[in-house]
Amino acid sequence: MRSRLFALFLTLSSVSAFGGELVVSLEIPRLDVAEYHRPYTALWIEGPDKKITNLAVWYDVEMKDDKGEDWLKDMRQWWRRSGRELDMPIDGVSGATRAPGTHTLSFAEGTAPLGKLAAGEYTLMLEAAREVGGRELLKIPFQWPPQKQETLKAQGKTELGAFQLTLNP
Amino acid sequence: MNKIAKIASALTLGLTVSMMAHGHRAWIVPASTVLSGEDAWVTFDAAVSNDIFHADHAPLRHNTIEAIGPDGKAVELQNGSTGKHRSTFDLNLKQQGTYKIFYASNGLNARWETEDGQRRFWPQRGVAPTQEGFEKEVPKKAKNLQISQASRRMETFVTAGSPSTEVFKPTNAGLEMVPVTHPNDLFAGEEAEFSFLIDGKPAVGAKITVIPGGMRYRNEQAAIEVVTDKKGKVAITWPQAGLYWLEAEYSDNKGKKPAKERRGMYVATFEVLPE
Repeated sequence: MRSRLFALFLTLSSVSAFGGELVVSLEIPRLDVAEYHRPYTALWIEGPDKKITNLAVWYDVEMKDDKGEDWLKDMRQWWRRSGRELDMPIDGVSGATRAPGTHTLSFAEGTAPLGKLAAGEYTLMLEAAREVGGRELLKIPFQWPPQKQETLKAQGKTELGAFQLTLNP
Repeated sequence: MNKIAKIASALTLGLTVSMMAHGHRAWIVPASTVLSGEDAWVTFDAAVSNDIFHADHAPLRHNTIEAIGPDGKAVELQNGSTGKHRSTFDLNLKQQGTYKIFYASNGLNARWETEDGQRRFWPQRGVAPTQEGFEKEVPKKAKNLQISQASRRMETFVTAGSPSTEVFKPTNAGLEMVPVTHPNDLFAGEEAEFSFLIDGKPAVGAKITVIPGGMRYRNEQAAIEVVTDKKGKVAITWPQAGLYWLEAEYSDNKGKKPAKERRGMYVATFEVLPE
Protein backbone atom coordinates (compact mmCIF):
# COMPACT_ATOMS: atom_id res chain seq x y z
CA MET A 1 0.00 0.00 0.00
CA ARG A 2 2.68 2.40 0.97
CA SER A 3 4.75 1.62 -2.13
CA ARG A 4 1.64 2.13 -4.26
CA LEU A 5 1.04 5.55 -2.77
CA PHE A 6 4.67 6.35 -3.28
CA ALA A 7 4.42 5.33 -6.95
CA LEU A 8 1.36 7.56 -7.33
CA PHE A 9 3.24 10.45 -5.73
CA LEU A 10 6.13 9.90 -8.14
CA THR A 11 3.76 9.94 -11.12
CA LEU A 12 2.10 13.17 -10.01
CA SER A 13 5.37 14.93 -9.33
CA SER A 14 6.79 13.83 -12.65
CA VAL A 15 3.74 15.37 -14.42
CA SER A 16 4.24 18.71 -12.75
CA ALA A 17 7.97 18.52 -13.43
CA PHE A 18 7.13 18.55 -17.16
CA GLY A 19 4.78 21.51 -16.80
CA GLY A 20 6.21 24.29 -18.91
CA GLU A 21 5.20 27.90 -19.19
CA LEU A 22 4.42 30.32 -22.01
CA VAL A 23 5.14 33.99 -21.50
CA VAL A 24 3.57 36.18 -24.15
CA SER A 25 4.34 39.80 -24.71
CA LEU A 26 2.21 41.72 -27.21
CA GLU A 27 2.17 45.33 -28.22
CA ILE A 28 -0.91 47.31 -29.15
CA PRO A 29 0.58 50.27 -30.98
CA ARG A 30 -0.38 53.84 -30.23
CA LEU A 31 -1.95 55.17 -33.43
CA ASP A 32 -2.27 58.74 -34.51
CA VAL A 33 -5.79 58.65 -35.92
CA ALA A 34 -8.77 61.00 -35.59
CA GLU A 35 -11.10 58.30 -34.26
CA TYR A 36 -9.44 55.65 -32.13
CA HIS A 37 -11.05 52.60 -30.59
CA ARG A 38 -9.10 49.95 -28.74
CA PRO A 39 -8.83 46.83 -30.90
CA TYR A 40 -10.69 43.62 -30.34
CA THR A 41 -7.85 41.16 -29.72
CA ALA A 42 -7.66 37.36 -29.61
CA LEU A 43 -4.71 35.18 -28.58
CA TRP A 44 -4.89 31.45 -29.11
CA ILE A 45 -2.89 28.30 -29.82
CA GLU A 46 -3.51 26.05 -32.81
CA GLY A 47 -2.29 22.55 -32.27
CA PRO A 48 -1.97 19.41 -34.33
CA ASP A 49 -5.40 18.52 -35.85
CA LYS A 50 -6.29 22.24 -35.71
CA LYS A 51 -7.22 21.88 -32.05
CA ILE A 52 -7.69 25.33 -30.53
CA THR A 53 -6.76 26.58 -27.07
CA ASN A 54 -8.03 30.09 -26.40
CA LEU A 55 -5.77 32.15 -24.14
CA ALA A 56 -7.28 35.63 -24.29
CA VAL A 57 -10.18 37.41 -26.04
CA TRP A 58 -10.48 41.12 -25.43
CA TYR A 59 -13.64 42.84 -26.59
CA ASP A 60 -16.20 45.40 -25.49
CA VAL A 61 -17.68 43.45 -22.59
CA GLU A 62 -19.34 46.52 -21.05
CA MET A 63 -21.93 47.29 -23.72
CA LYS A 64 -25.60 46.84 -22.89
CA ASP A 65 -27.36 43.63 -24.02
CA ASP A 66 -24.02 42.01 -25.01
CA LYS A 67 -23.99 44.34 -28.01
CA GLY A 68 -20.18 44.24 -27.95
CA GLU A 69 -20.37 40.66 -29.24
CA ASP A 70 -21.64 41.97 -32.60
CA TRP A 71 -18.08 42.71 -33.74
CA LEU A 72 -16.38 39.52 -32.52
CA LYS A 73 -16.69 38.23 -36.11
CA ASP A 74 -14.29 40.96 -37.26
CA MET A 75 -11.47 38.88 -35.78
CA ARG A 76 -12.08 36.73 -38.82
CA GLN A 77 -9.63 33.89 -38.33
CA TRP A 78 -10.37 33.56 -34.64
CA TRP A 79 -14.09 33.65 -35.38
CA ARG A 80 -13.70 30.90 -37.96
CA ARG A 81 -11.33 28.73 -35.93
CA SER A 82 -13.28 28.77 -32.68
CA GLY A 83 -15.09 32.03 -31.83
CA ARG A 84 -18.30 31.13 -33.57
CA GLU A 85 -18.55 27.89 -31.56
CA LEU A 86 -18.21 29.64 -28.21
CA ASP A 87 -20.64 31.18 -25.78
CA MET A 88 -19.13 34.45 -24.63
CA PRO A 89 -17.92 35.57 -22.15
CA ILE A 90 -15.48 32.81 -21.12
CA ASP A 91 -14.12 32.78 -17.58
CA GLY A 92 -10.40 33.36 -17.43
CA VAL A 93 -10.18 34.05 -21.17
CA SER A 94 -12.38 37.00 -22.12
CA GLY A 95 -11.97 40.50 -20.82
CA ALA A 96 -12.17 44.18 -21.71
CA THR A 97 -10.17 45.69 -24.57
CA ARG A 98 -6.70 46.90 -23.61
CA ALA A 99 -5.06 50.29 -24.02
CA PRO A 100 -2.09 50.84 -26.35
CA GLY A 101 1.17 49.60 -24.83
CA THR A 102 2.92 46.30 -24.18
CA HIS A 103 0.98 43.64 -22.33
CA THR A 104 2.62 40.59 -20.78
CA LEU A 105 0.66 37.43 -20.07
CA SER A 106 1.89 34.12 -18.72
CA PHE A 107 0.26 30.72 -19.01
CA ALA A 108 1.37 27.71 -16.99
CA GLU A 109 0.79 24.19 -18.22
CA GLY A 110 -1.77 22.31 -16.19
CA THR A 111 -3.75 25.41 -15.30
CA ALA A 112 -6.59 27.12 -17.16
CA PRO A 113 -6.75 28.40 -19.80
CA LEU A 114 -3.67 26.59 -21.16
CA GLY A 115 -4.38 23.18 -19.67
CA LYS A 116 -2.33 20.23 -20.83
CA LEU A 117 -0.58 20.35 -24.19
CA ALA A 118 0.51 17.10 -25.82
CA ALA A 119 3.99 17.07 -27.36
CA GLY A 120 3.94 18.44 -30.90
CA GLU A 121 4.03 21.40 -33.22
CA TYR A 122 1.89 24.39 -32.34
CA THR A 123 1.27 27.93 -33.54
CA LEU A 124 0.57 30.87 -31.30
CA MET A 125 -1.90 33.16 -33.08
CA LEU A 126 -2.63 36.80 -32.35
CA GLU A 127 -5.37 38.71 -34.17
CA ALA A 128 -6.51 42.30 -33.74
CA ALA A 129 -9.44 44.10 -35.40
CA ARG A 130 -10.17 47.75 -34.74
CA GLU A 131 -13.41 49.67 -35.29
CA VAL A 132 -12.96 52.05 -38.28
CA GLY A 133 -9.44 50.62 -38.50
CA GLY A 134 -7.78 47.52 -39.88
CA ARG A 135 -7.17 43.92 -38.98
CA GLU A 136 -3.91 42.04 -38.51
CA LEU A 137 -2.96 38.45 -37.78
CA LEU A 138 0.43 37.31 -36.44
CA LYS A 139 1.72 33.76 -35.98
CA ILE A 140 4.57 32.25 -33.99
CA PRO A 141 5.19 28.53 -34.59
CA PHE A 142 6.69 26.61 -31.66
CA GLN A 143 7.54 23.11 -30.43
CA TRP A 144 6.09 21.70 -27.22
CA PRO A 145 7.42 20.82 -24.72
CA PRO A 146 10.37 23.23 -24.76
CA GLN A 147 13.81 21.63 -24.20
CA LYS A 148 15.34 24.88 -22.98
CA GLN A 149 14.29 28.45 -22.46
CA GLU A 150 13.65 30.03 -25.82
CA THR A 151 12.27 33.33 -27.13
CA LEU A 152 10.48 33.55 -30.49
CA LYS A 153 9.35 36.74 -32.19
CA ALA A 154 7.03 38.23 -34.80
CA GLN A 155 6.46 41.84 -35.74
CA GLY A 156 3.17 43.52 -36.61
CA LYS A 157 2.90 46.31 -39.16
CA THR A 158 -0.42 48.04 -38.66
CA GLU A 159 -2.72 46.99 -35.85
CA LEU A 160 -0.11 45.11 -33.83
CA GLY A 161 3.48 45.85 -32.80
CA ALA A 162 6.09 43.56 -31.27
CA PHE A 163 4.86 40.04 -30.49
CA GLN A 164 7.03 37.71 -28.48
CA LEU A 165 6.75 34.23 -27.01
CA THR A 166 9.11 32.94 -24.33
CA LEU A 167 8.96 29.21 -23.64
CA ASN A 168 10.07 28.07 -20.20
CA PRO A 169 10.63 24.34 -19.68
CA MET B 1 -48.03 32.58 -49.65
CA ASN B 2 -51.09 34.79 -50.02
CA LYS B 3 -52.82 35.58 -53.30
CA ILE B 4 -51.12 38.94 -53.84
CA ALA B 5 -47.72 37.43 -53.21
CA LYS B 6 -48.51 34.66 -55.68
CA ILE B 7 -49.46 37.13 -58.37
CA ALA B 8 -46.35 39.16 -57.68
CA SER B 9 -44.34 35.98 -57.82
CA ALA B 10 -45.74 35.18 -61.21
CA LEU B 11 -45.02 38.70 -62.39
CA THR B 12 -41.45 38.41 -61.24
CA LEU B 13 -41.08 35.01 -62.82
CA GLY B 14 -42.08 36.53 -66.12
CA LEU B 15 -39.73 39.43 -65.55
CA THR B 16 -36.88 37.17 -64.49
CA VAL B 17 -37.32 34.85 -67.44
CA SER B 18 -37.41 37.68 -69.93
CA MET B 19 -34.52 39.52 -68.30
CA MET B 20 -32.31 36.47 -68.19
CA ALA B 21 -33.12 35.82 -71.81
CA HIS B 22 -31.67 39.22 -72.62
CA GLY B 23 -28.45 38.61 -70.78
CA HIS B 24 -29.43 40.33 -67.58
CA ARG B 25 -28.56 38.78 -64.28
CA ALA B 26 -30.72 38.42 -61.21
CA TRP B 27 -29.28 38.53 -57.73
CA ILE B 28 -30.03 38.77 -54.02
CA VAL B 29 -27.11 40.31 -52.17
CA PRO B 30 -26.75 40.38 -48.37
CA ALA B 31 -25.01 43.34 -46.66
CA SER B 32 -23.16 40.80 -44.48
CA THR B 33 -23.00 37.01 -44.36
CA VAL B 34 -21.10 36.18 -41.16
CA LEU B 35 -22.52 37.56 -37.93
CA SER B 36 -21.81 37.45 -34.23
CA GLY B 37 -23.92 38.60 -31.29
CA GLU B 38 -27.32 37.57 -30.06
CA ASP B 39 -29.70 39.75 -32.07
CA ALA B 40 -28.16 40.11 -35.52
CA TRP B 41 -29.87 41.73 -38.50
CA VAL B 42 -28.95 41.60 -42.17
CA THR B 43 -30.30 43.84 -44.90
CA PHE B 44 -30.60 42.61 -48.49
CA ASP B 45 -30.89 44.07 -51.98
CA ALA B 46 -32.51 42.12 -54.81
CA ALA B 47 -32.39 43.19 -58.45
CA VAL B 48 -31.92 42.29 -62.09
CA SER B 49 -29.05 44.04 -63.86
CA ASN B 50 -26.26 43.62 -66.39
CA ASP B 51 -23.42 44.56 -64.07
CA ILE B 52 -23.62 42.17 -61.17
CA PHE B 53 -24.52 43.80 -57.86
CA HIS B 54 -24.94 47.24 -59.41
CA ALA B 55 -28.65 48.03 -59.15
CA ASP B 56 -29.27 49.93 -62.37
CA HIS B 57 -32.06 48.14 -64.19
CA ALA B 58 -35.04 46.50 -62.47
CA PRO B 59 -35.98 45.35 -58.97
CA LEU B 60 -36.70 41.75 -58.03
CA ARG B 61 -39.96 42.06 -56.08
CA HIS B 62 -39.26 41.45 -52.41
CA ASN B 63 -42.57 39.68 -51.71
CA THR B 64 -41.53 36.80 -53.96
CA ILE B 65 -38.50 36.08 -51.78
CA GLU B 66 -38.66 33.70 -48.84
CA ALA B 67 -36.32 32.71 -46.00
CA ILE B 68 -35.84 29.61 -43.88
CA GLY B 69 -33.98 29.51 -40.58
CA PRO B 70 -31.51 27.07 -38.98
CA ASP B 71 -34.44 24.87 -37.83
CA GLY B 72 -35.69 24.56 -41.43
CA LYS B 73 -38.81 26.62 -40.72
CA ALA B 74 -39.91 29.74 -42.61
CA VAL B 75 -38.75 33.09 -41.23
CA GLU B 76 -40.56 36.29 -42.11
CA LEU B 77 -38.64 38.96 -43.99
CA GLN B 78 -39.16 42.48 -42.71
CA ASN B 79 -39.21 46.10 -43.92
CA GLY B 80 -39.68 45.07 -47.54
CA SER B 81 -39.71 47.82 -50.12
CA THR B 82 -39.51 47.83 -53.89
CA GLY B 83 -37.71 50.73 -55.52
CA LYS B 84 -37.10 51.70 -59.09
CA HIS B 85 -33.96 49.60 -59.54
CA ARG B 86 -33.84 47.26 -56.59
CA SER B 87 -35.92 45.95 -53.74
CA THR B 88 -34.72 45.73 -50.17
CA PHE B 89 -35.70 43.78 -47.06
CA ASP B 90 -34.31 42.80 -43.66
CA LEU B 91 -33.85 39.53 -41.80
CA ASN B 92 -33.62 39.21 -38.03
CA LEU B 93 -31.40 36.27 -37.11
CA LYS B 94 -32.95 35.27 -33.80
CA GLN B 95 -31.57 31.74 -33.88
CA GLN B 96 -27.89 30.86 -34.16
CA GLY B 97 -27.01 29.05 -37.35
CA THR B 98 -27.45 29.31 -41.11
CA TYR B 99 -30.37 30.92 -42.95
CA LYS B 100 -31.29 30.52 -46.62
CA ILE B 101 -32.90 33.42 -48.46
CA PHE B 102 -34.39 32.33 -51.76
CA TYR B 103 -36.76 32.61 -54.66
CA ALA B 104 -37.96 29.38 -56.28
CA SER B 105 -40.39 28.39 -59.00
CA ASN B 106 -40.98 25.19 -60.89
CA GLY B 107 -43.57 24.40 -63.52
CA LEU B 108 -44.46 23.67 -67.12
CA ASN B 109 -44.20 25.97 -70.06
CA ALA B 110 -45.22 25.51 -73.65
CA ARG B 111 -44.90 27.01 -77.10
CA TRP B 112 -46.73 26.15 -80.28
CA GLU B 113 -48.11 27.57 -83.50
CA THR B 114 -51.75 28.14 -84.40
CA GLU B 115 -53.23 26.84 -87.64
CA ASP B 116 -52.65 30.20 -89.32
CA GLY B 117 -49.01 30.14 -88.26
CA GLN B 118 -49.07 32.46 -85.24
CA ARG B 119 -46.69 31.64 -82.39
CA ARG B 120 -48.11 31.09 -78.94
CA PHE B 121 -46.47 30.83 -75.50
CA TRP B 122 -47.68 29.66 -72.14
CA PRO B 123 -47.60 30.96 -69.49
CA GLN B 124 -47.75 34.49 -70.75
CA ARG B 125 -45.72 37.02 -68.89
CA GLY B 126 -47.34 37.66 -65.54
CA VAL B 127 -49.26 34.38 -65.39
CA ALA B 128 -48.37 31.72 -62.83
CA PRO B 129 -47.69 28.29 -64.40
CA THR B 130 -50.45 26.36 -62.60
CA GLN B 131 -51.61 22.88 -63.57
CA GLU B 132 -55.19 24.13 -64.14
CA GLY B 133 -53.93 26.96 -66.32
CA PHE B 134 -51.87 24.52 -68.35
CA GLU B 135 -54.80 22.20 -68.96
CA LYS B 136 -57.09 25.07 -69.92
CA GLU B 137 -54.76 27.15 -72.08
CA VAL B 138 -52.40 24.76 -73.79
CA PRO B 139 -53.83 22.70 -76.66
CA LYS B 140 -53.37 18.93 -76.50
CA LYS B 141 -52.24 18.93 -80.11
CA ALA B 142 -50.78 21.80 -82.10
CA LYS B 143 -48.17 22.48 -84.73
CA ASN B 144 -44.63 22.43 -83.26
CA LEU B 145 -45.97 22.02 -79.73
CA GLN B 146 -43.07 21.94 -77.30
CA ILE B 147 -43.71 21.48 -73.63
CA SER B 148 -40.93 21.75 -71.11
CA GLN B 149 -40.52 21.55 -67.39
CA ALA B 150 -38.60 24.57 -66.08
CA SER B 151 -37.27 25.41 -62.64
CA ARG B 152 -35.67 28.58 -61.43
CA ARG B 153 -34.02 29.17 -58.09
CA MET B 154 -32.03 32.04 -56.59
CA GLU B 155 -30.38 31.83 -53.21
CA THR B 156 -28.03 33.37 -50.73
CA PHE B 157 -26.95 32.32 -47.23
CA VAL B 158 -26.17 34.13 -43.99
CA THR B 159 -24.98 32.71 -40.66
CA ALA B 160 -25.22 33.92 -37.07
CA GLY B 161 -22.67 32.16 -34.87
CA SER B 162 -21.72 28.64 -35.83
CA PRO B 163 -22.69 27.50 -39.37
CA SER B 164 -25.43 24.85 -39.60
CA THR B 165 -26.64 22.66 -42.48
CA GLU B 166 -30.38 22.10 -42.03
CA VAL B 167 -31.23 24.66 -44.77
CA PHE B 168 -29.23 22.63 -47.33
CA LYS B 169 -31.87 19.87 -47.39
CA PRO B 170 -33.03 19.76 -51.01
CA THR B 171 -36.71 19.85 -51.95
CA ASN B 172 -35.85 17.40 -54.79
CA ALA B 173 -37.73 19.60 -57.26
CA GLY B 174 -35.92 21.45 -60.03
CA LEU B 175 -32.24 22.40 -60.13
CA GLU B 176 -30.80 22.78 -56.62
CA MET B 177 -27.40 23.24 -55.03
CA VAL B 178 -26.30 21.26 -51.98
CA PRO B 179 -23.07 22.71 -50.56
CA VAL B 180 -20.19 20.42 -49.61
CA THR B 181 -18.17 23.42 -48.43
CA HIS B 182 -20.32 25.68 -46.26
CA PRO B 183 -21.25 28.83 -48.25
CA ASN B 184 -20.58 31.04 -45.22
CA ASP B 185 -17.10 29.62 -44.72
CA LEU B 186 -15.44 30.67 -47.96
CA PHE B 187 -11.93 32.14 -48.01
CA ALA B 188 -9.73 33.54 -50.79
CA GLY B 189 -7.30 30.97 -52.18
CA GLU B 190 -9.29 28.03 -50.79
CA GLU B 191 -11.27 25.52 -52.81
CA ALA B 192 -15.01 25.17 -52.30
CA GLU B 193 -17.08 22.22 -53.46
CA PHE B 194 -20.77 22.28 -54.38
CA SER B 195 -23.04 19.58 -55.68
CA PHE B 196 -26.03 20.12 -57.95
CA LEU B 197 -29.24 18.10 -58.12
CA ILE B 198 -31.97 17.97 -60.74
CA ASP B 199 -35.23 16.70 -59.23
CA GLY B 200 -33.15 15.12 -56.45
CA LYS B 201 -30.64 13.28 -58.71
CA PRO B 202 -27.08 14.44 -59.54
CA ALA B 203 -27.19 17.15 -62.23
CA VAL B 204 -24.41 15.86 -64.49
CA GLY B 205 -22.91 18.29 -66.98
CA ALA B 206 -24.57 21.42 -65.59
CA LYS B 207 -22.80 24.57 -66.82
CA ILE B 208 -21.53 26.72 -63.99
CA THR B 209 -20.48 30.34 -64.39
CA VAL B 210 -18.90 32.20 -61.48
CA ILE B 211 -18.35 35.96 -61.76
CA PRO B 212 -16.71 38.18 -59.13
CA GLY B 213 -18.56 41.36 -58.12
CA GLY B 214 -17.20 44.81 -58.90
CA MET B 215 -17.57 44.35 -62.67
CA ARG B 216 -17.85 48.06 -63.26
CA TYR B 217 -14.28 48.54 -62.13
CA ARG B 218 -12.63 46.14 -64.54
CA ASN B 219 -12.69 45.58 -68.28
CA GLU B 220 -13.52 41.90 -68.45
CA GLN B 221 -16.11 39.51 -67.04
CA ALA B 222 -13.40 37.46 -65.30
CA ALA B 223 -15.82 34.52 -65.36
CA ILE B 224 -14.81 31.09 -64.09
CA GLU B 225 -16.58 28.44 -66.19
CA VAL B 226 -16.85 24.83 -65.09
CA VAL B 227 -19.08 21.83 -65.69
CA THR B 228 -20.42 19.48 -63.02
CA ASP B 229 -18.88 15.99 -62.92
CA LYS B 230 -20.54 12.54 -62.83
CA LYS B 231 -21.67 13.17 -59.29
CA GLY B 232 -23.04 16.62 -60.12
CA LYS B 233 -20.14 18.24 -58.30
CA VAL B 234 -17.87 21.20 -59.01
CA ALA B 235 -14.90 22.70 -57.19
CA ILE B 236 -14.13 26.39 -57.36
CA THR B 237 -11.02 28.13 -56.03
CA TRP B 238 -11.74 31.75 -55.16
CA PRO B 239 -9.07 33.98 -56.72
CA GLN B 240 -9.63 36.82 -54.26
CA ALA B 241 -11.95 38.00 -51.49
CA GLY B 242 -15.23 39.65 -52.43
CA LEU B 243 -18.79 38.95 -53.52
CA TYR B 244 -19.37 36.30 -56.18
CA TRP B 245 -22.33 35.47 -58.38
CA LEU B 246 -22.79 31.84 -59.40
CA GLU B 247 -25.13 30.63 -62.11
CA ALA B 248 -25.87 27.03 -63.04
CA GLU B 249 -27.76 25.93 -66.14
CA TYR B 250 -28.97 22.43 -66.83
CA SER B 251 -31.13 20.79 -69.47
CA ASP B 252 -31.99 17.27 -70.65
CA ASN B 253 -34.84 15.36 -72.25
CA LYS B 254 -36.14 13.74 -69.11
CA GLY B 255 -39.08 16.06 -68.49
CA LYS B 256 -42.10 14.51 -66.81
CA LYS B 257 -45.02 13.96 -69.21
CA PRO B 258 -46.43 15.94 -70.95
CA ALA B 259 -43.09 17.80 -70.93
CA LYS B 260 -40.23 16.54 -73.00
CA GLU B 261 -37.43 18.93 -72.15
CA ARG B 262 -36.37 19.59 -68.56
CA ARG B 263 -34.53 22.83 -67.78
CA GLY B 264 -33.16 24.27 -64.60
CA MET B 265 -31.55 27.55 -63.74
CA TYR B 266 -29.91 28.30 -60.42
CA VAL B 267 -28.26 31.48 -59.12
CA ALA B 268 -26.47 32.11 -55.83
CA THR B 269 -24.54 34.96 -54.23
CA PHE B 270 -21.52 34.15 -52.05
CA GLU B 271 -19.18 36.24 -49.96
CA VAL B 272 -15.52 35.19 -49.87
CA LEU B 273 -13.39 36.61 -47.05
CA PRO B 274 -9.65 37.34 -47.04
CA GLU B 275 -7.39 34.95 -45.12
